[in-house]
Amino acid sequence: MGVLYRAHVLVCGGAGCVSSGCRAVQEALKSELAKQGLDKEIKVVETGCMGSCDLGPVMVVYPEGVFYRKVRPEDARDIVQEHLLKGRPVERLLYHTSQREIIQQMEDIDFFAKQRKVVLRNCGIIDPEDITEYIARDGYEALARVLTEMTPEEVIDVVKKSGLRGRGGAGFPTGLKWEFCAKATGRPKYVVCNADEGDPGAFMDRSVLEGDPHSVIEAMAIAGRAIGSNQGFVYVRAEYPLAIQRLKHAIAQAYDYGLLGKDIFGTGFDFDLEIRVGAGAFVCGEETALLASIEGKRGMPRPRPPFPANEGLWGKPTLINNVETYANIPPIILNGWEWFAGIGTEKSKGTKVFALAGKIANTGLVEVPMGTTLREIVYDIGGGILGGKKFKAAQTGGPSGGCIPAEHLDTPMEYDTLVKLGAMMGSGGLIVMDEGTCMVDIAKFFLQFTQDESCGKCIPCREGTRAMLDILTRITEGRGREGDIELLEHLGTTIKDTALCGLGQTAPNPVLSTIRYFRHEYEAHIREKRCPAGVCAALVHYEILQDKCKRCGLCRRSCPVDAIEETTEAELVAAGVGAAGADMQAAGASQGAISQPASSPKRKPLFINQERCIKCGVCMRECRFQAINRC
Amino acid sequence: MPTATCRCGETIVDDRWEKLDEIIEKHRAKQGALIPILHEAQELFGCLSEDVQLKVAHALGISPAEVYGVATFYSFFTLKPRGKHKIAVCLGTACYVRGASELVRALKEELGVEVNGTTKDGRFTLEVVRCLGACGLAPVMMIGDNVYGRVKPEKIPEILKEYQ
Ligand SMILES: Cc1cc2nc3c(=O)[nH]c(=O)nc-3n(C[C@H](O)[C@H](O)[C@H](O)COP(=O)(O)O)c2cc1C
Ligand code: FES
Repeated sequence: MGVLYRAHVLVCGGAGCVSSGCRAVQEALKSELAKQGLDKEIKVVETGCMGSCDLGPVMVVYPEGVFYRKVRPEDARDIVQEHLLKGRPVERLLYHTSQREIIQQMEDIDFFAKQRKVVLRNCGIIDPEDITEYIARDGYEALARVLTEMTPEEVIDVVKKSGLRGRGGAGFPTGLKWEFCAKATGRPKYVVCNADEGDPGAFMDRSVLEGDPHSVIEAMAIAGRAIGSNQGFVYVRAEYPLAIQRLKHAIAQAYDYGLLGKDIFGTGFDFDLEIRVGAGAFVCGEETALLASIEGKRGMPRPRPPFPANEGLWGKPTLINNVETYANIPPIILNGWEWFAGIGTEKSKGTKVFALAGKIANTGLVEVPMGTTLREIVYDIGGGILGGKKFKAAQTGGPSGGCIPAEHLDTPMEYDTLVKLGAMMGSGGLIVMDEGTCMVDIAKFFLQFTQDESCGKCIPCREGTRAMLDILTRITEGRGREGDIELLEHLGTTIKDTALCGLGQTAPNPVLSTIRYFRHEYEAHIREKRCPAGVCAALVHYEILQDKCKRCGLCRRSCPVDAIEETTEAELVAAGVGAAGADMQAAGASQGAISQPASSPKRKPLFINQERCIKCGVCMRECRFQAINRC
Repeated sequence: MPTATCRCGETIVDDRWEKLDEIIEKHRAKQGALIPILHEAQELFGCLSEDVQLKVAHALGISPAEVYGVATFYSFFTLKPRGKHKIAVCLGTACYVRGASELVRALKEELGVEVNGTTKDGRFTLEVVRCLGACGLAPVMMIGDNVYGRVKPEKIPEILKEYQ
């Protein structure tokens, strides 16, 4: 340390901003600072995810706290010369509300203002690669207190009283789990962190590991002390290379500082921590499968009991918690259980991090107190639906969860209410869907997922999900039959009752939940062979709106299967095709049905040969005049 | 020492097998060493061929069937060589609702391969994955280590050009 900087520029280095090009922006900033001779005065820091992914690359300039969004490398010059030298924030890079109001400070932007950060307390604020920054924000103080002032029983008691429940999906009381492990008799014991984050559409755990890896390390050491374990494993999925790299780095630093390894804080407590990298199997998020994978085996789940708390890794007592669950532990120890229990609702304490994605204006990571309503999350924080469309449903819990339709927008987001609605909290992925999303198609999507990921060990899951998928496929292809919905319900409930592990037991949920709230969409597919959202390819068709078509021929040239053909006016009239034709027929006009549209009279009208059309939609995307309709 | 013959006729020494020995030694003492070894072996050889699997099995004193079982269970491991650049299109939920299947179709067309196929020139392998954790920028795809967000199907030829 020692060097004092007059200003800090925090550049978000979360996965979203990296893919928006934040690294180039950082480089540009650094070289501009060096050019102006400011590199000793102003420090550029790459932080973890700040949460506002769709505004990326984002950055904050401190001490003022000015927030810039969508920064390009070319902007570095102005930021340095105008803002950092002359103290004039660069207006064009500031945040604009939908009412075109300009906001300078991060904390004044709705997206940030309405959040409450406990788990993400350090994400986007500290340099995740620098342990001293974590320590400066009370890092490892909770561990020190646990090791020097508290007995393991007291630690467990605090966690129990806080009301913390597992954030990995099921919401099991964390303190109780710790107590079971502490009481288990086998030796040695293990502490495991589940960072497999398999729910597609969820990226909270990734952001915590990338933005604040020490919070998880510290919590795992605390857990080790509480249950009597000296060895921990973090199981991270292979798809998260940056998280693995940051965590590795953080673990090495913690060893250097004596915060891992032998005789921590001179108390005689030893704790070692190792990373194990997954290899692309969703089922390994399930705890027994995850343990099998750490053991180096195929990641197949096994029936419980025995629970891992008694028989886990290599048959020994094992505590397994999710990343976000761990990240809650240090603040609970430091601030007391009363503080934590004061946040949230009666049965769901604390906060929850949600990954907002899908058809929502502000995608990204948000942390709110449990019990915040879906409406507040989607509209107040998330900025509503993309393109001003109508909200249809939000999907939570991924392939194990369900959807929450518009009529339940005012539902408080907490474990038990969501289960009552047929959805679940899950790990926190929240995918917003609008009128353009077909619920049958989404149900099929999830079943395809679970069917792919089923490990094949038990029949209800392996065969049952396939049978359900076949039915869904046939419905979306226009071959649905009367009775299919009931068959899906029957199969679904049977699979739920008989599958071996959580994957199979929850696989039918997305289907059952969409049937519950959107039965009419299933019926439209089956009875009317119609996809109301216009998604299911077999049930939609494209047509050319003759009154808008300029006959430029662009669609014809771009069609990959030559399905767009020339025709004659007479044929068009005969077929009654096109908006103009239809209108005029309705009006009883027969002659001059195709009054010359605003197109070149020399060119022949075009139409789509429905037999040849493969419904790829290229013509619609290519057309400059919106003359192609999908219905 | 295993050798190979180069097309020019000269014999070249393939030192990767020695490196594999080192990898195995490094992890051997660990409990559950198999998966970490396979990860590094795949990085070294590009895929887990039969020879590699046999070697690992012998070195660890476990049956080749066990190694094969693990290598085929996890989608991250591959038994066949992949193309020079791996294209991974995310078909996670967020990407799916924002039109990722259009991307897959456009890529299939552009590359002339099916999913999991490798182009004839060995340049690209097309794969789909479930969530890269950049859901905020859906639809997302990755080529090698580069992540592309908000990809439009019509941008694909341009993006692929960077990898010619
Ligand atoms: C199919 C399936 C996938 C799961 N995936 C995850 C996951 O990706 N991450 C996670 O933390 N928990 C996952 N779980 C839940 C774990 O089995 C386990 O309950 C959790 O890690 C316990 O931690 P917690 O009490 O802190 O929530 C999954 C469960 C099932 C059935
Ligand atoms: S769903 Fe595609 S990156 Fe998450």
